[in-house]
Amino acid sequence: MIKVILITGRNLEQGTSKSIGKFSKEYMEKLAICELDPEDLKSLGIESGQNIKIKTNYGEVIVKAIESKQAPHKGIAFMPYSIWANLLLGSSTNSSGMPTFKGIEAIIDVAKEGKILDLNELLKEKFEMI
Amino acid sequence: MKILIKNGYVYDPLNKIDGEIMDITIENGKIVESVSGEVIEIDAKNMIVMPGGVDLHSHIAGSKVNAGRLLRPEDHYKDVEKKTNVKRSGVGHTVPSTFTTGYRYSEMGYTTVMEAATPPLKTRHTHEELNDMPMIDKACLSVLDNNWIVLDYLSKNELEKCAAFIGWILNAIKGYGIKIVNPGGVELWGWGKNVKTIDDQVPPFNITPREIIRGLCKVNKMLNLPHTIHLHTNNLGTPGNYRTLIESMKCVSDLSDGSIILHVTHVQFCGYKGYSWITLSSGADEIAKFVNENKYVTLDLGQIVFGDATTMTADGPFQYILYSLSKNKWINADVEAETSAGIVPYRFKKKNYVNAIQWSIGLELALLIKDPWRVFLTTDHPNAGLFTSYPKLIAWLMSNKAREKILKKVNKRAKSKMILPSLEREYSFYEIAIVTRAGTAKALGLKNKGHLGIGADADIAIYDINPKEIDPSKEYKKVRRAFRKAAYTIKDGKIVCKNGEIVENIFGRTYWVNVDIPKDLLISTISEVKEKFEEYYTVKMENYAIHENELLKSAPLKINSNL
Amino acid sequence: MKTINNVVCSFCGCLCDDIEVSIENNKIVKVKNACSLGISKFLNYDKHRILKPRIRKSNEFINVSLEEAIDECVEILSNASYPIIYGWSNTSNEALRIGVEIAELIGGVIDNTTSVCHGPTIIGVQDIGESTSTLGQVKNRADLIIYWGSNPLHAHPRHLSRYTALSKGRFVKTRKERKVIVVDVRKTATANIADIFIQIKPNSDYELLSALRYAVNNGEIEQDEVAGVPVEKIEELAEIMISCKFGALMFGLGLTMSPGKHRNIEAAIALVTDLNKYTKFVILPMRGHYNVTGANNVTCWITGYPFAVDFSKGYPYYNPGETTIADIIARGECDAALIVASDPISHLPIESAKKLSKIPIITIDPHETPTTKVSKVVIPSSYVGIECEGTAYRMDGVPLRLKKIVDPPDGIVSDEEILKMILSKLRGD
Repeated sequence: MIKVILITGRNLEQGTSKSIGKFSKEYMEKLAICELDPEDLKSLGIESGQNIKIKTNYGEVIVKAIESKQAPHKGIAFMPYSIWANLLLGSSTNSSGMPTFKGIEAIIDVAKEGKILDLNELLKEKFEMI
Repeated sequence: MKILIKNGYVYDPLNKIDGEIMDITIENGKIVESVSGEVIEIDAKNMIVMPGGVDLHSHIAGSKVNAGRLLRPEDHYKDVEKKTNVKRSGVGHTVPSTFTTGYRYSEMGYTTVMEAATPPLKTRHTHEELNDMPMIDKACLSVLDNNWIVLDYLSKNELEKCAAFIGWILNAIKGYGIKIVNPGGVELWGWGKNVKTIDDQVPPFNITPREIIRGLCKVNKMLNLPHTIHLHTNNLGTPGNYRTLIESMKCVSDLSDGSIILHVTHVQFCGYKGYSWITLSSGADEIAKFVNENKYVTLDLGQIVFGDATTMTADGPFQYILYSLSKNKWINADVEAETSAGIVPYRFKKKNYVNAIQWSIGLELALLIKDPWRVFLTTDHPNAGLFTSYPKLIAWLMSNKAREKILKKVNKRAKSKMILPSLEREYSFYEIAIVTRAGTAKALGLKNKGHLGIGADADIAIYDINPKEIDPSKEYKKVRRAFRKAAYTIKDGKIVCKNGEIVENIFGRTYWVNVDIPKDLLISTISEVKEKFEEYYTVKMENYAIHENELLKSAPLKINSNL
Repeated sequence: MKTINNVVCSFCGCLCDDIEVSIENNKIVKVKNACSLGISKFLNYDKHRILKPRIRKSNEFINVSLEEAIDECVEILSNASYPIIYGWSNTSNEALRIGVEIAELIGGVIDNTTSVCHGPTIIGVQDIGESTSTLGQVKNRADLIIYWGSNPLHAHPRHLSRYTALSKGRFVKTRKERKVIVVDVRKTATANIADIFIQIKPNSDYELLSALRYAVNNGEIEQDEVAGVPVEKIEELAEIMISCKFGALMFGLGLTMSPGKHRNIEAAIALVTDLNKYTKFVILPMRGHYNVTGANNVTCWITGYPFAVDFSKGYPYYNPGETTIADIIARGECDAALIVASDPISHLPIESAKKLSKIPIITIDPHETPTTKVSKVVIPSSYVGIECEGTAYRMDGVPLRLKKIVDPPDGIVSDEEILKMILSKLRGD
């Protein structure tokens, strides 16, 4: 288990794959991920491409761990904007209008057997009417 | 629709009518000789009938104005407009929203407004806002004096090509005329600098402000534009700048063949004697002397009104100075290869020495300049005051007593320096009609505005005040009230406002100049310029241009140039 | 094959207007000059498309005619006490103008994605102003380029080549003549090409900006480090900033979304404002969507406020934190939503997304998204800048006209037209 600061944000894959379509396989492959510094991967004892569970005060999600190409950033986890990332965020804006999308404390655990939900499955689980 | 306005006291200075009781007849949006059949009658007995107001300088629309709106939520909370069956909602005070702006002009009997300064690169934005501004006809002046391509041509004295390029720009962005703002100074502001005199060099162009003003004055003549060049001088707002103003006016004196060739704007801000804020005094007497003797210049006042203002001009360096003085919020927004903009909230206070002097300067100019056809009533809205204060200004011009009331409350040291208390001249209704509509329409070259002759656009204001019974000198409050809420505002022959309330929501025209430039000259100039254009700017020339169908009601003036 | 030049790209706030698009049989077959984000949109926009309007009836979607869908919208909106109208950054000004009129008519709240993006920037500007310019000014003059909490190589890929570090300006012609500094919590792709990279501890931008401002104004910092950055580095940075000829600080969501929010922005703006005492400096926000700037401008000129406008009292009322979409939804106060060209179910925190899904949602959007999946009414529309014309504003406020390049699928009309139909029915025309 490691403690990290979670940053959610834009990257090229998020931008290009949303044009292809949010329900495309490509979108899920590129977005249900978390970029970790190689040293953090080592601490977890996993390789790039294995599943992890990320947990914050607001929720948890299973995604694929990817070795970051924008390291070094030990202790910082990056997830591209997506519904998977938003499962981890709180709704409070501290009266600013803006929820906190960056800089949230999170805990990461290995989840070798964990399944990454695709978008349809995720919507079914979280939203009653689907 | 046919309308007959009967029994009113008509003031139509362009047709030399001075308070005569006469009928005005309207059909199909125009003033006609007579009407018959189904006619709406307006009994204007004991009321004044004037052409609709024509404001020749006001900041109402565009990127700088919108930045001002964005900057001032605290200002908006003071003045909200609810939605009605006829009116859209909005906010008012110093930087009103677009719908509210149109309504409030119309409620005062104004029917045409000139947006004072638009940066060509962002003029599409100006037009989008003007499209959302009901009730009035409008146009916009394009800021061209720090434009890199213009400066390139002027510095090489290639005036024909410069004229062709400016003709192309005005056509492309649907502009009405040439606006000059701190010539040379705003280019230097790109490096955080400014000019101090009209003979300072502006690197790398190898040109001076004097040469820019002269060059553009010549270009304006070559293009045969309906309005003269419209100048905001260097050193605006600086103690001692009355000298810069007089030099700037002088610098084109040899270019006049007797006709008017220069309009200087918000002259109050350019009329400062003294060498510091503490020694500030009015330069109005010297300026008025020059203007009285030199008949090729028109000017507008930029009169201060005590209270809230939001200063906004293309004069980036001046706005920075004002920010440093006021320590208030400050927005600066440079526009590549063209110009800049600065916005600083401000408040003019009676007890403040500087503000009191500033207040006196505009009025002194209005009272000392003899020819009302060459001095126009403005507040450089929203810089010196709000356009909704025009009725107040009218009262000040018509009544010495109204001025005295304010003079009692202003800073005493300032009062002791003013000549205003000794000026007893009072404007007549005829002169008010000139400085708020007839003269301004004439200066802008809008031939169908500002008068009530046959063929004029039926843009009419009826004010509930009896010129034969009221003594405006004593009863200035009644004057103010009457001009604040027009009894009737008629736009294009439709009654749109009654007793200061909007009764019909209509949209006016956007005027622009479509200059006829010799084909060969235009083609050669544009092909020469294209490469440089796309090097200097970050947009393609094709995308810089605005299509006519982007204007809600396009009204081009076909202009035959002298090229 | 026909090639159209000077096409304006409708992806990000760069609004590049030099794209060349080749079409064959009403299909885009080739795109030149665009970055990967733009190319992806031009070539993939017609995938995952919704082709018919639909209404949810007892958990099933039924395809309906456009008129039926409009009628259902009008029914939902006129029965709502506190409806929200949201989205807008991915459509034209012309569409939003109608949206504002609808919000005013039904007494609802109109907000755009600024709320969860650069809303804090606008709040910061409203507090203290900003010294800014259009991008060409940076291209032509800037010898110092700073990206703070922004990764343009991933989010605005052509920003550097068109406007900043790699552009050719009148006064600054080569990369060598510019100094590029990146401040970020990770060594991003943009940081990799910078001359100086400053790695900052997360959530401490406010401290570092304040320290820089202090150093610029000649104060002596007593600590050894601020925000994980040694004081010598801070002083060096301050010196570089003061001695440049023209500096440009571009910032992104790294500043707006981390806990300092609008206070971070104020600190950045104040730093740049102070730098103007010594040299020329401007600050530019890196706006994400291609027309979020237009959304702010349209809303502002009509209402006086740039986003989060509440019309429930009959006049525009603005109070971020109260009238912003994230807060209204979190408080569970809205009872209907009209979403235009946006996917809030995807981009709001999950608890808010869940709350939003419980009220009737009308979505007007060309393609299938999580929001369309939970909506009551979905009306497909055409893509602005590809299938219909429209006006959009670049991140620096430069207004451009987007072209129509190909026809939309049969029966699909623009956001603007759909909204006009809704407005007309609401008014009882």
